[in-house]
Amino acid sequence: MTYQNPPTTPRKSATFDDYAMSEIRRAAATGIYDIRGSGAKRKVPHFDDLLFLGASISRYALEGYRERCDTNVVLGTRFAKKPIELKIPITIAGMSFGSLSGPAKEALGRGATLSGTTTTTGDGGMTEEERGHSEKLVYQILPSRYGMNPRDLRRADAIEVVVGQGAKPGGGGMLLGQKISDRVAEMRTLPKGIDQRSACRHPDWTGPDDLEIKILEIREITDWEKPIYVKIGGTRPYYDTALAVKAGADVVVLDGMQGGTAATQEVFIEHVGLPILACIRPAVKALQDLGMHRKVQLIVSGGIRNGADVAKALALGADAVAIGTAALIALGDNDPHWESEYQKLGTTAGAYDDWHEGKDPAGITTQDPELMKRVDPVAAGRRLANYLKVMTLEAQTVARACGKNHLHNLEPEDLCALTVEASAMAGVPLAGTNWIPGKTGF
Amino acid sequence: MKHDVVDVMDKVASKRVFDLSKTTLRELNQALHEVREGSNEVAWEVQNPKGSHAVAAGIDAPISVDVRGNVGYYCAGMNSQGTVTVHGSAGPGVAENMMSGSVIIKGDASQYAGATGRGGLLVIEGDASSRCGISMKGIDIVVGGNVGHMSAFMAQSGHLVVLGNAGDALGDSIYEAKLFVRGTVKSLGADCVAKEMRPEHIAKLQELLDRAGIKDVKPEEFTRYGSARKLYNFNIDNAAAY
Repeated sequence: MTYQNPPTTPRKSATFDDYAMSEIRRAAATGIYDIRGSGAKRKVPHFDDLLFLGASISRYALEGYRERCDTNVVLGTRFAKKPIELKIPITIAGMSFGSLSGPAKEALGRGATLSGTTTTTGDGGMTEEERGHSEKLVYQILPSRYGMNPRDLRRADAIEVVVGQGAKPGGGGMLLGQKISDRVAEMRTLPKGIDQRSACRHPDWTGPDDLEIKILEIREITDWEKPIYVKIGGTRPYYDTALAVKAGADVVVLDGMQGGTAATQEVFIEHVGLPILACIRPAVKALQDLGMHRKVQLIVSGGIRNGADVAKALALGADAVAIGTAALIALGDNDPHWESEYQKLGTTAGAYDDWHEGKDPAGITTQDPELMKRVDPVAAGRRLANYLKVMTLEAQTVARACGKNHLHNLEPEDLCALTVEASAMAGVPLAGTNWIPGKTGF
Repeated sequence: MKHDVVDVMDKVASKRVFDLSKTTLRELNQALHEVREGSNEVAWEVQNPKGSHAVAAGIDAPISVDVRGNVGYYCAGMNSQGTVTVHGSAGPGVAENMMSGSVIIKGDASQYAGATGRGGLLVIEGDASSRCGISMKGIDIVVGGNVGHMSAFMAQSGHLVVLGNAGDALGDSIYEAKLFVRGTVKSLGADCVAKEMRPEHIAKLQELLDRAGIKDVKPEEFTRYGSARKLYNFNIDNAAAY
């Protein structure tokens, strides 16, 4: 019998893992950074790291099916002559025609309308499908100003000045040539087929003092009727929220790094900006310090998936949430039904994020006339409405369990955290303790 | 015809005057927005603007507004159909996102004049500051004096005519807008190049000068600038140019 040394199990590096190495090889082969859609995919502290405490001897619950738990929210009560009343505190985030197909935009409008909430335009202007099928439509003013015109401004129900978004705070838009069809090119006043890179800053204002004057101009043009939102990416939420309020916003929209984008650099999505969990309390603190909590409404977004997420965001002090990625999934994005086609594109259902390439098998993130036929706007709108209904019922279920007769009555004291990180970010105690990192009183 | 003449006389006679030292900006703009097609209130005058922002913003009717003095930000913002004349200088963003009509600045204009404008004519008789015509999308801009740096940045469509000189980085990342400069250009921005003045450009420039009421200047004195179209589709070997 001959002795053999015991073999060493092959060991891969935790630092140079398969993904990191594949990216190095891809970069070396192509000479270009990775561009993709969607939001941060890395694991970050999130609402899953929070739990509701529920009722107990000291708190009594409400009957699940008998006692009321209201869900309405009014946005734009600060200055607008015509605030918006939503039946549910879940809105549809801004997504552009161009990045999304016409039928997908129509479906978002239909679903939102069935649910008594708003949908939002994007970096491509307002389409007739979208306006026609959206009872309440928020019109975005973006740095590119594609498709921007006063007629659409006046026929919007609210106006959202986009300063940044969670997926790429500090970055502009990107729509590659494959998706610049005739119609998209016309709406954006661009040649067909070019790679379109939107600006990252507004062309006619810089800084909070200018923003205040810009908002004044928009209010004057629309005769002070419309609520004006200011959307910011999650970076310095305390100061940005305070500055938005100072600039005259009716509503602050705050988007965390899990929020999606049509396309940008992977390095931007994964390495710039904060998770939404880390943003809400500082933003609420800014509103409270200014005496404006519940007077200027706060909408938060970035990784909202279910009614528990909604309830947790509201308990931390938000007035409403917005969903983008989740709404697209409800429409049919990344559905396993198209698995064989995803595989032909070198990916799998659930991982497809090359939204900028315009080859979406689900017909949502495309301008291909054949692919977009796969979205039936009526059926997809219905699915979105169903999903919104479920989220609302789930949030109500949690709220009643906490003894609240309105979702807005949820409060941080209803929550605890499962991790030290989430405890610090959300400002709620670590489960089983009364300890919040960074705060005294343990 | 006679009837028309009487009509015009009546309209001139009914010129409405707003004195911003006595009435608010809101009252002025609300009144301007309430003018409907066919209204007799076609001539307006604004006195004592004293640098107010958003003066005559959001006009959507074929009316004329004379502003007697200097204005702040966003004068005549998003103008449609109106003719706004500022007998003074204008702050940042004058005629931003203009759709149609005319805006005439007798003095100078600050930054971002005519930003993202889609149509109509903006005439600045004096100088314009930086980023004049930024992201323009169809507007025609005629500047009697000089323009500052980064003018026509990301300009998509329309014409920028400069009788004087242009500052640094003219037409940076320009798309299909056409630029005509009579004087010197300190530097050109990424993807912006001098181009041949063909007969159609001479004719177009003459038309723009005529519309702006500029005489004694010949189109042949200008150089045309536009996009080299090299950055329209991403190429890693051009990365240094971005």
